[in-house]
Amino acid sequence: MSFLAIKDVHHTYFTKASATTALSEITIQVEEGEFVSFLGPSGCGKTTLLSIIAGLIKPTQGTILLENKPLSGIKNQIGYMLQQDYLFPWKTIEENILLGLKLSKQLNDTTKLAALDLLKQMGLSGIEKQLPKQLSGGMRQRAALVRTLATEPKLLMLDEPFSALDYQTKLKLEDLVSKTLDTFGKTAILVTHDIGEAIAMSDRVVLFSPSPGRIHKVFEMPGELKQLSPFNARNHEAFSSIFQTIWKELDSLEPREE
Amino acid sequence: MNQGKNNVNLLHKNFLHSRTIEKRWVRFYQLLIFLLFFSGWEFSSQQRWIDPLLFSSPSKIWVLFLKKIQDGSLLSNLSVTLTETIFGFILGTLLGTLLAALLWWSPMFSKIIDPYLVVLNAMPKVALGPILIVALGPGYPSIIAMGAIISIIITTIVVYTSFKEVDPNYLKVLQTFGATRFQCFKEAILPASFPTIISTLKVNVGLSWVGVIVGEFLVSSKGLGYFIIYGFQVFNFTLVFLSLMVIAVVATIMYQLVELLEKKLIKE
Repeated sequence: MSFLAIKDVHHTYFTKASATTALSEITIQVEEGEFVSFLGPSGCGKTTLLSIIAGLIKPTQGTILLENKPLSGIKNQIGYMLQQDYLFPWKTIEENILLGLKLSKQLNDTTKLAALDLLKQMGLSGIEKQLPKQLSGGMRQRAALVRTLATEPKLLMLDEPFSALDYQTKLKLEDLVSKTLDTFGKTAILVTHDIGEAIAMSDRVVLFSPSPGRIHKVFEMPGELKQLSPFNARNHEAFSSIFQTIWKELDSLEPREE
Repeated sequence: MNQGKNNVNLLHKNFLHSRTIEKRWVRFYQLLIFLLFFSGWEFSSQQRWIDPLLFSSPSKIWVLFLKKIQDGSLLSNLSVTLTETIFGFILGTLLGTLLAALLWWSPMFSKIIDPYLVVLNAMPKVALGPILIVALGPGYPSIIAMGAIISIIITTIVVYTSFKEVDPNYLKVLQTFGATRFQCFKEAILPASFPTIISTLKVNVGLSWVGVIVGEFLVSSKGLGYFIIYGFQVFNFTLVFLSLMVIAVVATIMYQLVELLEKKLIKE
């Protein structure tokens, strides 16, 4: 049985004026330790699916099983990283990264030390007492990653976490996140609209087609790319051919203007 | 190059100098207006261009001020009014924030109560004065209630709006950690709205003065509001003006203190 099983998920948003189907017939399995990317044009329901997996939204239909157990009732199994860091500006970095532990009442000396140690591993030492606004965008996003990882989630969801950063910081952070996830053997799902990022980081790329959001095609990344760090993967010769393939598929999804 | 640097220093000095001069002129004119106003008042009162019985004069007010200080009645009445105002605006801000929290807690309650809030906000609160006095008795409680009631509803509306405007992504972060609604409120909603609450405090200081003075008009036993209404009834307008001056000074000091508090709290 898979680590994460998404079975036949449908989701419809209801408003006064309309009922919009955001997702339809989504069935995916994710294995433990795997890195999967959800790629697709905007409005294809990627973020909705992520919210459903995270248990923030209840799907209109379908089931989600994490280690064969339904999602409801399990807390803190899933870490969620957003497009921006969303560190609380009035809390110090230390208070921010310990927030998850505090809320789930797991905060003790051991977990606190582990979180602070993780902060050091991310290259953020000596800033525990500083406020988020004193750090650069990249540092803040790293601190947000520490906050997410501190509760030791089994599954990590990354909702375009690099989209608000400059290119150089983004490349560096991709490598760091990839390395960290490998070290801890975490399973992760990345939502992105950046083809290169999806190829460089993941083991599998799931391409979504819009309105309603469906799985269009799944691309398995070749073994040699999986081994490499995202930065090196971008420079590998296999990269550009996969890029071209996905690009064409993505292009075919666009509504043609007659 | 060295010369260029000297030049910049010189220019900077000139700039600072011109700033100081401008500041001095501003202060000079401010002082001038003050002096012109009071000396004009004094002079036209002595020349009987204005009726000294109705408009008094600064010198008479000063004499009365010294007298009232000596017999202790000014300070005792001032402290009464001040206490009522402080209680009024703190109570108003606290209750308003509490009500806002309740509205945020239950969207259903907020929908139900919405039209009542609109009506209560539109209604002139001082009109409730007589009812408060009947209900709470003619004393401190009803005057403090006046000071509070005048600011509760507007505080509720402003703070509730700020609660609703907190970036939902902060809540998303907390929810992924399995936070309860109370934890969401404590960790995100309340601290994010702190600046708004402090700034309503500033508005409420002014409002509470209105409520308390009107309350004292109605109860008429103690306080600066009582001084004003008593002075009016016995045609002692020097007393009315004295009370007005004291209120102006004390209210300004209070406002500045809250502003100072705001600066301190927002800074960190």
